[in-house]
Amino acid sequence: MLRVIGELLRHDRRFLFGFSVLVIYLLIAAASLFCPYNTKAWNVVPRDLPPSWKYPLGTNSMGQDIMWKAMVAVKNSLLLSAIAAVISRVIAIILGLLSGYKGGLFDRVVMTFNDSFIIIPMFPVLILIASILRTSLNITVLGIMIGLFGWAWDARLFRSQILSLKEREFTKTAILSGMKTYRVIVTEHLPYVIPLIMAATINNVIWVIGMEVTLSLLGLSNLSTPTIGTMIYWASQYQAIFREMWNWILTPIALCVVLILGLYMLSTSISEYLDPRTRLQMIKEE
Amino acid sequence: MLKKYLLPRLVQYVTVMLIGITMVFIIPRLLPSDPVEHQLSRMTAQGQYLDPAAVEDLRASLEELYGLKGGILQQYITYWKRLLTGNLGPSFAQFPTPVTQLIRTSLPWTIGLLLTSLLLSWLIGTTLGVVAVTYPNSVFAKVAAVLAMGIRPIPYYIMALVLLILFAFVFPIFPMAGGYSMGARMGFNARFIFSLLRHAFLPVTSMVVLEVGGWFLQMRNVASNVVEEEYVSYAEAMGLSRLKIMLHYITRNAIAPQITGLALNLGFVFGGALITEIAFSYPGMGYLLYSAILAGDYNLIMGINIFSIVGVSTAMLVIDLIYPLLDPRVRYQ
Repeated sequence: MLRVIGELLRHDRRFLFGFSVLVIYLLIAAASLFCPYNTKAWNVVPRDLPPSWKYPLGTNSMGQDIMWKAMVAVKNSLLLSAIAAVISRVIAIILGLLSGYKGGLFDRVVMTFNDSFIIIPMFPVLILIASILRTSLNITVLGIMIGLFGWAWDARLFRSQILSLKEREFTKTAILSGMKTYRVIVTEHLPYVIPLIMAATINNVIWVIGMEVTLSLLGLSNLSTPTIGTMIYWASQYQAIFREMWNWILTPIALCVVLILGLYMLSTSISEYLDPRTRLQMIKEE
Repeated sequence: MLKKYLLPRLVQYVTVMLIGITMVFIIPRLLPSDPVEHQLSRMTAQGQYLDPAAVEDLRASLEELYGLKGGILQQYITYWKRLLTGNLGPSFAQFPTPVTQLIRTSLPWTIGLLLTSLLLSWLIGTTLGVVAVTYPNSVFAKVAAVLAMGIRPIPYYIMALVLLILFAFVFPIFPMAGGYSMGARMGFNARFIFSLLRHAFLPVTSMVVLEVGGWFLQMRNVASNVVEEEYVSYAEAMGLSRLKIMLHYITRNAIAPQITGLALNLGFVFGGALITEIAFSYPGMGYLLYSAILAGDYNLIMGINIFSIVGVSTAMLVIDLIYPLLDPRVRYQ
């Protein structure tokens, strides 16, 4: 695993970019724990100040320091994505692997259900749930809710990977040489599946971040908790665009775009690494 | 072909509808929030005075309306009965206008936006993908790949917001909101059509810009595998022109996944259209959904959900049915 990351860092500039973005955001999230203000409270600093030494990104009309609020927002958005990603990973991995290994009727039933989840437009469904839960939505509940609806694509992806692994030469060799099924899965198949799961997880996080931003912009989350989405919500509520307070509205937008680009570069780099032809190219270059 | 191709698709179609519509039925009943109480508390919060008898009356009629009377099974049957007769109940914010009527007025806008952007992005992305494969070492192929990768993952709302800031505020070329100008009279006249196009430009662009990248990358990947096939080398050896090889040998064989992709992406793109409409205050179903959220119009949200499930899965079935006409390999299975 560490070897793979080292190799990718050396050979793929996209991976380097994505990895740096991720590290920087994690550092921002860690630094946000030292936030000197209560980011939920209003009027803790003077309002509508342009960027200065004291307030590097200025302050907003709610009397909050934009830089610190953005840092806490990054932490909360990452936390929410992590919750959602973990939940959807557990469902996707269990269903995908079981379906792939078991096959037969079980596979067909699960995949029919799975495909329905792919086809059904999830955005209105999430809005339905969020609008009912509105008062009790916090980061955890929102994360769980998004996670419960974000597994279908990946379950199918993992299943197809298992199906192809099952048919490969080395699986048959392992089985014929008397290896137990459990050991075949852990020692022979897992090394192939893990990078795939990583790439799929990163893509899922991208989707979750976008969903959080969208739901928050519609006012369907706990608006007093700073996240990337709620920051944009408040900025547009206070007409930051018309008042040309670019430091307020563009900070969360830029944070969101850079994070998503970094994650996307990471995931494409990993998926290309999974393609043996790319790896051959890497060896040739050395 | 009928048994192997059509039947599974029809089964899938029915299953999707059953699961989707049942989900919309179950979710509100699983959640710890009572829509009737919610509605009643909204009414009292608005300062309406209601005497206890009237409240009881209202509660009973709301339960009736929401289909919350009787046991869960009976509720489920009533729910289906109402759906099959095309009755989605009245809207609460605009009582007693039926939900179906509200959806009907906003539907053409959404279909227009969705079809235009889907068609444009599919055509542009697919064409560029083929061109990039035919000239793999050109500057164009490299720049297009970088752009596609860089823009594709951006969420719909963010893209819409950025375009709105740039082209409606900083450079006020396009309008900020709406589907047509207030002054323009609806009808087939030049002024109305111009205003229609001007208002649709940014929403359509926003969606096309986001979706082109996906089509481009998929077409490029599939086509670059096709290029390595022996029949392409054979065609080259025969001395066929590049254009002919590109059109008849590469595109024809690589187009199938693009069409399946169209069907699979529909649900996602539909969601994107709703979001884009909200960002541009474009008068389609997304905007209707937004107004329903603001007004707490729970019945309208339910109706839009049911409608989008039926709409998207039907559209998918149509694509699946057209598919064999385009891919002879399926026809002669």
